[in-house]
Amino acid sequence: MRYTLLLHYSEESPESLGEEALAEGMRRMAAFAATLHDAGVLLSAEVLQPSETTTTLRRDADRLQVQDGPFVDAKVQLGGTIVIDVPDLDAALEWASQAPALDWGGVVEVRPGAVHTVDGSWVPNR
Amino acid sequence: MDAAGSGSGGGSSPPAGSGGRDGGGSPAGLPTGAPAGPPIVSPDRAIAYSAAAHAARDSYGRLVAVLAANTGDLALAEDALADAFTTALERWPASGIPDNPEGWLITVARNRQRDVWKSAAARASAPLDLATTDFAEPFDAFDAVDPLRIPDRRLELCFTCAHPAIDEAARTPLMLQAVLGFDAAHIAAAYAVPTATMAQRLTRAKRRIARARIPFVVPDRRDLPERLPAVLEAVYGCAAITWRDDADSLAGEARHLAVTLAGLLEREPEAWALAALVTLSLAPPRSGPYVPLEEQSPASWDAPLIDEGEAYLRRAAALRGGAAPGRFELEAAIQAVHLDRRRTGTVDWAALRTLYSALLAVAPSLGARVAAAAVIGRTDGPAAGLAALPAGGEGFQPWWATRADLLRRAGDEVDSDAAYAHAIELARDPDVRAFLAERRSELR
Repeated sequence: MRYTLLLHYSEESPESLGEEALAEGMRRMAAFAATLHDAGVLLSAEVLQPSETTTTLRRDADRLQVQDGPFVDAKVQLGGTIVIDVPDLDAALEWASQAPALDWGGVVEVRPGAVHTVDGSWVPNR
Repeated sequence: MDAAGSGSGGGSSPPAGSGGRDGGGSPAGLPTGAPAGPPIVSPDRAIAYSAAAHAARDSYGRLVAVLAANTGDLALAEDALADAFTTALERWPASGIPDNPEGWLITVARNRQRDVWKSAAARASAPLDLATTDFAEPFDAFDAVDPLRIPDRRLELCFTCAHPAIDEAARTPLMLQAVLGFDAAHIAAAYAVPTATMAQRLTRAKRRIARARIPFVVPDRRDLPERLPAVLEAVYGCAAITWRDDADSLAGEARHLAVTLAGLLEREPEAWALAALVTLSLAPPRSGPYVPLEEQSPASWDAPLIDEGEAYLRRAAALRGGAAPGRFELEAAIQAVHLDRRRTGTVDWAALRTLYSALLAVAPSLGARVAAAAVIGRTDGPAAGLAALPAGGEGFQPWWATRADLLRRAGDEVDSDAAYAHAIELARDPDVRAFLAERRSELR
């Protein structure tokens, strides 16, 4: 069963964070990924650039609207995703509880997948 | 528990934090899977019905737990079992009741699950409709079944119903339905919400269990302390919403669940304490005019139930060893002190006071604080009791009933009269209202 961990946290810049905290954060994210990988549960992981770099599209009355900035303007933003494959929700929650974001005042959503692609075709999560 | 302590007040109330005191009055509900009533008078049919109803009542939760644990799909398990009961009613009159009715039911239900699963698999292999994807695929769904050896997986089912990923408000209703077999209409009535609302809440919770794959497991020793309280709380809720029913009906089922849970967990002090609390709470009579516990005749109490409850309580205390007693043990002990009047002839108010101060340290609910004030009114006088009444209880019926009683004892008849008026206005149980009105009329 595939679950996506949606990591939400308030965005910091290298300046606001300080060099030391930034390095510590990166070290902990590296360790978290390595732990998931070594356990054989990690499918993919991605940390996103700050939401100020995002571009949002929508179509209004057949006109494509392009807007700078995130869809929802909030202090806490989606900052990364991790996809894991584990037997059940308890296992997913156990891994999610080790996410460093939780120690940074962040929030982790654990969401089961419905379908995902294999070689360009959708297959159900099971 | 305030039922135990507020004998002086108007509280024949359910435990604090319960779904509602007026939960009683609903007839004993057959499990969801069982038919609504004996449809035909033919003796064979009646015997078949009664065998099905007996299997339903007795083992509904056991069968659902087994069927759901293997597929992760609680709603499908319940539907499949309901189908099996229907089939039983059709077949048993002609074929005779099988030697092993439960094994028969579970085999038929499993076939039904398999059919549903096959058609879901067929849908899944067709071009995918993203809007309707719901792939709660059974894992090891159809392992060889030995119908003679149906494992007891109710404990797993309890932990699933009270999983932290389930909406807290849905946990007790889910347990009432899945483990005890109450239908949504009964549960809705107990919670005073429309049936459709409750049905939706239950459906949503079951869908969540299947889709998010909440496992059917008892947490390991490491996680158990964190997870057990929610299970006990939900079982307590099952007892609380049946608080005014008698031991033969829904309340008896809730007691059965509490005792079963304690037995399955074996060595958890608070599970045994909860079994004790629920058992002892059933000992006083529940029908007829409302009489505060301290004014009831011990002859009206169910002595074997008290003996049984006391045995559970001793077991809880023994298992706990030197550790501090938990909330359920304290509540059960409070009830036991009241019921001990059958031996001593008096209420040991000092012991109650000690127990309440311990209870307030671990679980300071409004109900417990009000009940404690009533006890302090006895040990330290009405003025001390009034001073101990917590602030902010003005919306809570037992608060007014206790205040009225304390003022009456203090000789302040004018204020007591006004407090009784508030208590009567807030009382939802007609028997409690009648009792309070009578007390009020004695003031003048």
